[in-house]
Amino acid sequence: METLMAYIVGAMFAAAVYMMLRRSIVKLVIGLMLLSNAANLLIFTVAGMRQGAPPLVPEGAEVPASAVADPLPQALILTAIVIAFGVLAFSVVLIHRAYEVVGTDDLDRMKDTDT
Amino acid sequence: MSLAVAPILVPLFFGALSLALWRYRIAQRVLGLVGTLVLLAVAIRLFQVVHAEGMVVLHMGGWAAPLGITLAVDMLGAIMVVLTGITGLAIALFSMGDTPERHEHFGYYPLMHLLLAGVAGSFVTGDIFNLYVWFEVMLIASFALLTLGGERAQMEGAIKYVTLNLFSSAIFLSAVGILYGLLGTLNMADIAQKIDQVENTAMINVVAVMFMVAFGIKASAFPLFFWLPASYHTPLVGVSALFAGLLTKVGVYALFRMFTIVFDHDVAYTHEILVWVAGLTMLSGVLGAAAQYEFRRILSFHIVSQIGYMILGLALYTPLAIIGGVFYIMHHIIVKTTLFLVSGVTYRIAGTHELKDLGGFFRSRPMLSVLFLIPAFSLAGMPPLSGFFAKFIVIRAGVEAEAWGVTAVALLVGLLTLYSMTKIWAEVFWKAAPDTESGEPAGQGSTVGLGWMYTAIAGLAACTVFIGLNGEPIYALAETAADQLLNPDRYIRAVLEARP
Repeated sequence: METLMAYIVGAMFAAAVYMMLRRSIVKLVIGLMLLSNAANLLIFTVAGMRQGAPPLVPEGAEVPASAVADPLPQALILTAIVIAFGVLAFSVVLIHRAYEVVGTDDLDRMKDTDT
Repeated sequence: MSLAVAPILVPLFFGALSLALWRYRIAQRVLGLVGTLVLLAVAIRLFQVVHAEGMVVLHMGGWAAPLGITLAVDMLGAIMVVLTGITGLAIALFSMGDTPERHEHFGYYPLMHLLLAGVAGSFVTGDIFNLYVWFEVMLIASFALLTLGGERAQMEGAIKYVTLNLFSSAIFLSAVGILYGLLGTLNMADIAQKIDQVENTAMINVVAVMFMVAFGIKASAFPLFFWLPASYHTPLVGVSALFAGLLTKVGVYALFRMFTIVFDHDVAYTHEILVWVAGLTMLSGVLGAAAQYEFRRILSFHIVSQIGYMILGLALYTPLAIIGGVFYIMHHIIVKTTLFLVSGVTYRIAGTHELKDLGGFFRSRPMLSVLFLIPAFSLAGMPPLSGFFAKFIVIRAGVEAEAWGVTAVALLVGLLTLYSMTKIWAEVFWKAAPDTESGEPAGQGSTVGLGWMYTAIAGLAACTVFIGLNGEPIYALAETAADQLLNPDRYIRAVLEARP
């Protein structure tokens, strides 16, 4: 499972960078979305995956009976998803507004601020 | 001890209050001033406590380290929080005179408070994931501030700024994930302790370089600095001054934090990369500035080149070099903010940032000229101003470490900085204004609120003179901070043994 996930994460990072290198600002934002999701999946994978062992403490006991899945990475990912959602919502509005103001969706023609 | 959380809570509280008073512009302005004043007061109190006790540690929610989120303020963090307060207050003062109504209507002040909360949060946290969260708080506030106004240049600049910063955040997050996978902890002190026991040092180096790239982008280090000069000259002057003073320095601070306390296992490898990064950052920034003829763009490129000096302090990794780096950060935040604010006054009076259209300010406003010369000379490293000591310590550390190449670059860059500042001086202040009979600036801008702007600039200029004249006590502070960074054992013990 880890090997498969590793390939998926790698493919997602590659796809994200490829999309970000394209000239259209819409594809740029798609690249950013893929990137944040790839990072989340990476956390999920490297933190160790364990099947069918929920982190529950039996009634009356202080510690779980056997080794359980680590709940912390999921908390991290949840936080990261929320942040990424907010930031991406902003990016979508930004590219829409940029399109309205600049009149093009081509990054190569947004060069007013470069010299 | 709840003082450690105060620098976060104060701006959050005032930001929320300004949001509630969305329709009342005057109230928001007053809150801006009061809020930053309270932040500065809290920061100074926190600094005093840290100065007396060495460290302030707070475990949120009563969970002992390394389980809960820890706030850990050492000397470096305390210094940075005070600087945040000073910059925030200066910007609030400046904004009293220079914020257009339209910006105030769209939440300029709430965003400013939120940004300060994010910056202060990054400085006080002792938890690596929490650092990520504060980075994002700071980023989202800065995105909105950057695009406030909605002009074409702002949109184009913002796309580059947003993309590069989100990219850096993704790398940061991935690095945090891998580190957690390796060590099973997020508390910086606990990471620093456990990282020495990892046998797979190659993997640690990979993570270290990922952090280096992530923070390097935020700090605008070579070769990933180009988002900064593409965007910092586009928003309102108060906003660019706030960004110039604080945002990149948060990246530098994170580098200082991670590459002293945590990643000190393979200094020959990681810090050698940093030496190259530092040298190239200095050089490319200053050469970029030499080619520019727009006031704020010149200053933006100089941020890049100055970042190089700070990273050089870290990269040489001797006690003196770290002291120099910390001193440089203190000096730079003050001076850079002042210079951007000066550009705001010239813009207000002459209505342009282009050097060729400016001129005659020495004749018409000698006071402003003096207020420009102080930070400009300080930036270039003239004694007795703060920049002289900052550069002197870093270069002396370079000589002592026998890093001749990068030290030569640092000296050369100092000279070129002087050239840039002379260029601004000659074009904006000394030469006669074009298109006018008297040679004075045409002055179509209103003078309403100039007093506020002057107050902010004069206060910051006084700070750089103060740092220059009190070189020794300030050096002692930097020495304490560097000493804590280079002896992570004390940091680790203070955090892990503190009672919740």
